[in-house]
Amino acid sequence: MTREPEAVYQSPPANHALFRKIYVWELPVRFYHWLNALCVVALILTGLIIGRPLAISYSSEAYQQYWFGWVRFIHFVAAFIFFFNFLARIYWGFVGNEYARWDNFIPFKGVQWREIVEVLKVDILQTKLQKLITIGHNSLAGIIYFMTFLVALFQAITGFALYSSMSASFFPRLFAWIVPLMGGDFAVRQWHHVFMWFFVLFIIVHVYLVFYHDYIEGRGTTSSMVGGWKFQREDELKRK
Amino acid sequence: MTGRSPSIWQSMRAKGYSRRDFIQFCTVAAVTAGLESSALGKVVEAFETKSRPPVVWLHFQECTCCSESFIRSSHPIVADILLDYLSLDYTETLQAAAGHQAEKCLQDTIKNYPGKYILLVEGSVPMKDDGIYCMIGGRSSEDILREAAKDAAAVIAWGSCASNGCIQSAKPNPTNATPIHKIIGKPVINVPGCPPIADVMTGVVTHLLVFGMAPQLDSQGRPKEFYGRRVHDTCYRRPYYDAGLFVETWDDEAARKGYCLYKMGCRGPVTYNACSVTKWNGGVSYPIQSGHGCIGCSENGFWDNGPFYQHLASFPGFGIESTADTIGTVAGIATAAGVTLHAITTNIRKRKLIKDEVAESVETGKKAEGGDK
Repeated sequence: MTREPEAVYQSPPANHALFRKIYVWELPVRFYHWLNALCVVALILTGLIIGRPLAISYSSEAYQQYWFGWVRFIHFVAAFIFFFNFLARIYWGFVGNEYARWDNFIPFKGVQWREIVEVLKVDILQTKLQKLITIGHNSLAGIIYFMTFLVALFQAITGFALYSSMSASFFPRLFAWIVPLMGGDFAVRQWHHVFMWFFVLFIIVHVYLVFYHDYIEGRGTTSSMVGGWKFQREDELKRK
Repeated sequence: MTGRSPSIWQSMRAKGYSRRDFIQFCTVAAVTAGLESSALGKVVEAFETKSRPPVVWLHFQECTCCSESFIRSSHPIVADILLDYLSLDYTETLQAAAGHQAEKCLQDTIKNYPGKYILLVEGSVPMKDDGIYCMIGGRSSEDILREAAKDAAAVIAWGSCASNGCIQSAKPNPTNATPIHKIIGKPVINVPGCPPIADVMTGVVTHLLVFGMAPQLDSQGRPKEFYGRRVHDTCYRRPYYDAGLFVETWDDEAARKGYCLYKMGCRGPVTYNACSVTKWNGGVSYPIQSGHGCIGCSENGFWDNGPFYQHLASFPGFGIESTADTIGTVAGIATAAGVTLHAITTNIRKRKLIKDEVAESVETGKKAEGGDK
């Protein structure tokens, strides 16, 4: 067993290399991801309807229908699931594997900042991938997910604050203090609505970048969130 | 408690009211204060024994709509009694005295009844440029307020001006109009509204008289009994909201049928007030019943949350008509367009890569075949 010297290392063509399966996304992470996706989509759709109700069915009387009530009901149920699913993910950030750990999301280290610059170059300037990107969340994705967490938290807090006036249960009441802090229900609703658009933009960019990185990295980015596996070239692993 | 001046009951008897009238008054007062029927005895006792508290009613930056509302309390006896039998020592708009006489009344009350008089404030206080935008008797309103509030037994902020700043504090708030709870370091009972409902005002005063203490307040200093619920939750049009039946334009069929005004910008869902319960003008109607959405006049910041006929406020910095939705839609389309462009350039590069890889694999495949055999 001789160690291959760094200097003479020649990477073989991509279609020749050996790939190793790496279990990146554990089941709780995947479960969180898809439940979260479902909730966010449901929340955006019902939220848009609540913000601007459709003009449908004016032929029947009020006692014969309850559709707007149902839309709001779905919004509230999805909100609760969204929030507790989020809490579960935070917990998993402390007990999960190295790819799920909380420190993936906050760039503490110089390595992470260099990777952010690298990925920005690759994503925006479409330069060729020079260095190997982390097999888990790349550092740019990590920090953006962190911002998404903050927005999610904001949405949850403002949402429950709005909900608190219609609920007698203790949990939403915990957030009632937000309302006077932000200057009344109107302001809370307004900001809750504004930040909804963050998720709309996020979804567009996120889904696209998954496809894009699947192509430039060739490591099964898209399918990884279904099966949990990603692929790393054997020789790259050795190099690390 | 007796001695200084006759109790309310004594004054009523002197004016010729019967015991029955008095009990009726007590009952109405108890109801408007939101008390349960078993508390009637307490009210009767309070009005039999307690002397009329001296009241100072200050007017600053305001339009007097609160006073106008107050003197129109739906029950005539309540209005009568509260105006006649509160010892209204000083109020610019209603007092007979003028000039130095009037100012003396104020000084006398403050001096003679420290810790006993009730201070009612209508209007906000301009804090900019030493308060020169609202001067009474040569003194700034801030000065007068601080002096009057110092020894007051209780302070009530009438209306949105005194509670929240109201219209004169709208951006950019040229006089720095400030609600009084931000000026005096004392608990203030906020009774917001532009104006507040007359029966709510008398209710709050009644509560103070009967119990000698402020009613339970919420986190914004408003009495819970009147501001605990949203206009929306007690609105008689609420079933139309849940059924998804909305007025789309003014005077459409839905408007004639009295459907929910949510899409016409009704602020009922974000406004805490008793309008849809007590209603206005002796229970005749309230804005929504009259076919106009609530403008949220008792909410902090309602003056900056326009237009009133739009569900979402216009977004600052992007022109009057652009809401978060218009900006969001534009941003969404721009993002989608950017992503599409990116995808196109990516695939141009990808085509070359695929071509190279295919050529290479064909080559290596040939080599492999040659090597095996």
